[in-house]
Amino acid sequence: MSTTEAGPRGSAPVLAAAAPATAKARRRMGRSGGLGHVANSAYPHWFYLPAGIIFGVIFLAPTALSFYYSLTRWTLFTTEFIGLDNFFQFFREPALTSGARNTIVYAVVTSGLKVVLGLLLATLFTSRLRLRGLLRSIVFFPVLVSTVAVGITFAVLMHPSNGLINQSLGALGIDGPNWLTNPSYALLSVALVDVWKGVGIALVIFIAGIVSIPEEYFDAARLEGGAWVKFRHVILPLSRNATFTVILLSFIGGLRSFDLIWTMTRGGPGFSTDVIASTIYKQYQAGFYGLATAGNVLLFIAVTLIVFPMIRYFNSHEVDL
Amino acid sequence: MSIRATRLGSLAAVTTLVAACSGGFGGASSATAPTEAPSAAVPSEAASPSTAEAPVTLNWYVDDNNVTQARLQGLIDAYTKLHPNVTISIETHPGGTDGDNLVKTRLSTGDMPDLFYYNSGSLLQALNPADTLVDLKDQPFVANLQESYLPTVTAPNGAIVGVPTEGSLGGGILYNMTIYSDLGLSVPKTWAEFEANNQKIKDAGKAAPVCGTFADTWTSQLFVLADYYNVQVANPTFAADYTANKAHYADTPAAQTGFAHLQEAFDKGWWQKDFGADKFEVGQQKLAEGKCGHYPMLTFAVGTIVENYPDAKDKIGFFGQPGTDAATNGATIWMPAATYIPKTTTGAQLDAAKAFVNFIGTVDGCNAMTAGVAPSGPYVVKGCTLPDDVPQAIKDIQPYIDGGNNSPALEFLSPIKGPSLENITTAVGSGQTKADDAAKQYDQDVEKQAKQLGLPGW
Repeated sequence: MSTTEAGPRGSAPVLAAAAPATAKARRRMGRSGGLGHVANSAYPHWFYLPAGIIFGVIFLAPTALSFYYSLTRWTLFTTEFIGLDNFFQFFREPALTSGARNTIVYAVVTSGLKVVLGLLLATLFTSRLRLRGLLRSIVFFPVLVSTVAVGITFAVLMHPSNGLINQSLGALGIDGPNWLTNPSYALLSVALVDVWKGVGIALVIFIAGIVSIPEEYFDAARLEGGAWVKFRHVILPLSRNATFTVILLSFIGGLRSFDLIWTMTRGGPGFSTDVIASTIYKQYQAGFYGLATAGNVLLFIAVTLIVFPMIRYFNSHEVDL
Repeated sequence: MSIRATRLGSLAAVTTLVAACSGGFGGASSATAPTEAPSAAVPSEAASPSTAEAPVTLNWYVDDNNVTQARLQGLIDAYTKLHPNVTISIETHPGGTDGDNLVKTRLSTGDMPDLFYYNSGSLLQALNPADTLVDLKDQPFVANLQESYLPTVTAPNGAIVGVPTEGSLGGGILYNMTIYSDLGLSVPKTWAEFEANNQKIKDAGKAAPVCGTFADTWTSQLFVLADYYNVQVANPTFAADYTANKAHYADTPAAQTGFAHLQEAFDKGWWQKDFGADKFEVGQQKLAEGKCGHYPMLTFAVGTIVENYPDAKDKIGFFGQPGTDAATNGATIWMPAATYIPKTTTGAQLDAAKAFVNFIGTVDGCNAMTAGVAPSGPYVVKGCTLPDDVPQAIKDIQPYIDGGNNSPALEFLSPIKGPSLENITTAVGSGQTKADDAAKQYDQDVEKQAKQLGLPGW
């Protein structure tokens, strides 16, 4: 289910733009929508069929099947129905506890830094800055690069003695840390790279949010005081919709994160950067297909339980400009 | 998992699977339709190669390691010279667990090429060999194999499914002989002597006592896996008891020793500075250049070392991982990877594939492999010899074979090898986990694997 598709951050901007809009649309549908409405549609229902088949075959069927396989001992060659054993086994997994903790830490750190940095950079890049077009491009550029390429590159840069980062620090007389091989730093090092790579999306969303704030508020802020007033009392409260979108997207991304961690550390050293997704992936690698599927079912449920209330909360606290 | 030969390169066995025609071995008749035309060739698959002149092409699925490919190319060159009507092409897959999954997937979907090369022992057992591979028990080459090798390529139903396609490997300690002679050290017969040697190398200050290359996590397992000779000296029935869920790492002191060695290496600062970030290639380089005194490793690494650092040929030696008693000193041996035929290979392809595996399991086959690349250890085909000019480390294995003070690694005596061992050993070797906790973790890992295999008693 989710592990292998954890990659395409590239699609995030589209999602970001769509998220608030669909939320509103859904509420509207709730009132006026419904089958009666569809029945009056100008097009026959079977126009839905092609999309329905594709969705059913590619999404619904595998999802339903994975619920079944999570209840079996599956070797690819044979399946044996074993009830909920896989779920009990998965909860006994020693890496799961640290993996769950690492997942939360990773999601909170990346999501938090992206919000703070994204908002600050967006504030900066919406002001009258000479090179702001260029600077925006530079910050957004890493979003366009493949995550795997970023991971491999930074793994080389962060090598404790041959890496460019520690050699540069060494030239300044600083003894750089073992970024990826010290169990205490490894997860944070990967999280920093994730922020570097992903802050561009937060930036774009924040810029869109700030630009859509009506000019009168800024005029009022100018009369009231300086840049601080503008930031504290105009940009911060009125870009709340953008903030929610960024938090939501980066938090979900953090919970599902896999590709960057896997290319940089493979969950190591030991189990110190294992997150839930990489723990599940390792079960697949080891040939425990039923167990891994059970892990994915659990991840699916966990993400749903965390994210659904977040969406509801954010939707009920949207500000109208 | 067990030392991933695949990742290591030479260990990975690629079995050439010639799919068996539905020629039933119990299993479901091959689900996927074989691509081959119905048998044009003579059914007699006896040693006499198909001289039927009809051109046949065999595809051989192998890992992408250079040394493996050089060895297999040696076989192909020799065989196609004798049988010009046969063409054998190699298709590669990555090593390590990715390769394992590709092999499993292609086998289970009936998409496996005619032959494949893959590990013997516990990794083979995970392929469901009784249902997926052709039984070669009645083939002439079987009589040429050493008895001790047969269990490692035997399916649970008694079918013999593979032909060894490399030499056996020593698993233990590679050491830099120049450092040993400079410091006046001698090959240790006990762990205490090994500790003393390490202290002297550390005191001399020019080299790290032991190379650790934890960026390639599989390399961290050697202290545990290569200690198996010593485990079975102390507990002769360990493999059977372990398979039957009667003995475990956490409750067998001798079995826990390997984890304790890793902890000791970290606590005493034996590793080189960048042990967490260095990869397998760096370990080979540092050993050859004298920046490390020892490197716990399998001898297949010697081929690459000699290729990259020709001077090291007679300067790198091998000894078995020492135990507590000099009188019982010995070494752990890894069995050769093998070539297998999947049941989806049928007809003329199957006949040609059987003829080819019969060539591999002969003295001519050994010589063809040696012509491709220097062997990593003694062959398990009767009558095969090592050439005189093999590197010193390979020569160092022979006394353990001749003296009988050797044992196959546990993964060749039991179908169970826990897949997380390499992560657990990395955690111990980098000071995150203590040896006794690691042994408990590994026992849980083993339990999962045993259940997955559906073994009795778990």
